[in-house]
Amino acid sequence: MSEPAKKEQEKVVDQGIDVGIARLTEDKIKHTINSVIKVETGARLKAYVETCIHCGLCSEACHYYLSQGNDPKFSPVGKVKQTMWEMLKKKGKVSPEFMRRAVEIAHTECNLCKRCAQYCPFGIDIAYIMTVVRRIIHKLGITPLYIQDTAHSHSVTMNQMWVKDDEWPDTLQWQEEEAQAEIPTLRIPLEKEGADIMYSVIAPEPKFQAQLIYQAAVIMDVAGVNWTMPATPGWDNSDMAMFTGDNELMGRLKRSHFETAARLKVKKIVMGECGHAFRSVYDMGNRWLGWKMPPIPIVHAIEFYYELLKAGKIKIAKKYATPVTLHDPCNVVRGGGLEEKARYVAHAICEEVIEMHPNREHNYCCCAGGGVINCGPPYKMKRIKGNKVKADQLFRAKTDGAETLITPCHNCHSGLHDIVTHYEIGMDIKFFGDIIYEAMEKPGAIDG
Amino acid sequence: MHDVYNFVSGPLVWVAFIVFIAGSLYRVISLIMLVNKKEKFIFDYMSFKYSLRSIIRWSIPFATVNWRKHPVLTVVTFAFHICLIVAPLFILAHSVLIDESWNISWWSFSDTIGDIMTVIVIAGSIFFLIRRVVLPEVKFVTSASDYVILAIVAAPFITGFIAYHQWFAYPNMMIFHIISGEIMLMAIPFTRLRHMLLSPFTRAYMGSEFGGVRHSKDW
Ligand code: HEM
Ligand code: SF4
Ligand code: SF4
Repeated sequence: MSEPAKKEQEKVVDQGIDVGIARLTEDKIKHTINSVIKVETGARLKAYVETCIHCGLCSEACHYYLSQGNDPKFSPVGKVKQTMWEMLKKKGKVSPEFMRRAVEIAHTECNLCKRCAQYCPFGIDIAYIMTVVRRIIHKLGITPLYIQDTAHSHSVTMNQMWVKDDEWPDTLQWQEEEAQAEIPTLRIPLEKEGADIMYSVIAPEPKFQAQLIYQAAVIMDVAGVNWTMPATPGWDNSDMAMFTGDNELMGRLKRSHFETAARLKVKKIVMGECGHAFRSVYDMGNRWLGWKMPPIPIVHAIEFYYELLKAGKIKIAKKYATPVTLHDPCNVVRGGGLEEKARYVAHAICEEVIEMHPNREHNYCCCAGGGVINCGPPYKMKRIKGNKVKADQLFRAKTDGAETLITPCHNCHSGLHDIVTHYEIGMDIKFFGDIIYEAMEKPGAIDG
Repeated sequence: MHDVYNFVSGPLVWVAFIVFIAGSLYRVISLIMLVNKKEKFIFDYMSFKYSLRSIIRWSIPFATVNWRKHPVLTVVTFAFHICLIVAPLFILAHSVLIDESWNISWWSFSDTIGDIMTVIVIAGSIFFLIRRVVLPEVKFVTSASDYVILAIVAAPFITGFIAYHQWFAYPNMMIFHIISGEIMLMAIPFTRLRHMLLSPFTRAYMGSEFGGVRHSKDW
């Protein structure tokens, strides 16, 4: 099943890269690389590059390396060698062809999952180095087409999916009406100033998965939460700009999100089951805006469900009977420490939870995160082949009896769906919200 | 011959120590100044508790997942580094030198222990060399400088070992031993051996980010 990586190096057609590369001159490359490195980086890049002892101990952290038959080109330090070391050594004098390969590496062969930072004895942050490479790529205008399109959407509409200003409240109203067929008194309160909570989602929810908003509304309603959703741009918490190295746009997006919450005078923002958005609001975007921690407390859905279940605000009528296994999304577990809360929720709503290994902060990434899945169809097989270890891991969990896979993250959900399908693992994939909605008591519901 | 010996064991020692100490200070201070100039936010995220937590964790053999994944390397690297740092400080012959020069009675251990430690460092160097040649993931990221620093580190121990046992060319070997030791010291701030100086900082920063922000473990 796992073929050697070498065979797979056929050239992908990606207009974002191809057209951009055709416009480059060596001079422009050199100037851009040097200006990013000189102006925008500092002690971190210097210390990481100068401290690395070239020991290769980070290799086994990376699912790409492990999945590609331990091909050193895919090891974390191997990726730095093929990109940043060369740029530094040649003082930016690299060819357009070199940059093409750098785009492939930084955008489609690294999920910025930071697992390698846990394996390097010096704690060298290779994901950070890859984001610097992506920043250079952004400034050179050679970002892969699909992810660049989402960034354009962000820039124009303040959401990731070209959702128009009027489509958004329409969608919410539509979901409210749908949900009212089940719970007649249910509301999705829009623009409610002074609510305790602003609920924010990523744009794919209104675009393709509106039922997730329905489910969230039911959970909020039953739990008696004083909540609201904004009717204006600023409702989308997603952020592809963070992954394309377009930091300025990331700043605009996060400012609009936080300012919307501030305008509504809410106490906190609760966000849906998304990992990269959590990274953006909790770690990256807030920093770009100069906030050490988010200016308004951010509560990820996992933590929110944990609080509701613990306080008995939602009660489980009948636990989900099919045995489940739990995927730990990097951004909220390695990036937010929510692993035990996720387990609390899983055990509270499911009859049987079967652990996959390695798990918790040592989980394998889904290989979709870090913007990799957003680079689109040209890289789909690379992404699937690049995560054979995950397939093996899921197979083992399945052998242990798990039939449903819970992934409290949108990217993981889509990425693991591709893996489960390609490797014919045969598992249902669900969000916590799906299961809570199914299993909870709904006192106000029409058929009880 | 005597002149050369006097030179390398006299003025050159001073030069080596001054270069080592001044160079090390320069490395560390310039790094901190760079943080101050370009990435001041790092100071805000640094946490004493989580820095220490991370440094201590990684300083204990088998205390991290990756140390456990590489048991042989873990034993070798800890033995190698401990002997590498401790042996030169307390080898009997060095202790005698310190006593003779400054009249300080310095702690020392027996010749046998010194001998064993020296062998451990040499063996460790050979282990790292083999690893570098044999393991594809190490080979892929290896450049000439990696062999050079390995040689720089191994040289004082190999020459010291030969000189101590007086197998051949004793006077010359002593001179080689002293010079190679001086080169090693001077190389620390200016080659990748500077991981000795910088690794506490990278470790501390990653420990702080993982502990304070990510609420996760970095091991
Ligand atoms: C006291 C602080 C130091 C720490 C925490 C430290 C840590 C490390 C670590 C984690 C490695 C990589 C793992 C491995 O390959 O074993 C390493 C490798 C190495 N260190 Fe150190 N080290 C220190 C001081 C030194 C000094 C003072 C020297 C020599 C002057 C030195 C020479 C080496 C060499 C030669 C390697 C092997 C590189 C290779 O794989 O070829 N280290 N060190
Ligand atoms: S995918 Fe994860 S483990 Fe691999 S290099 Fe990128 S950050 Fe490191
Ligand atoms: S483990 Fe750390 S020091 Fe070793 S090669 Fe990887 S990044 Fe460099």
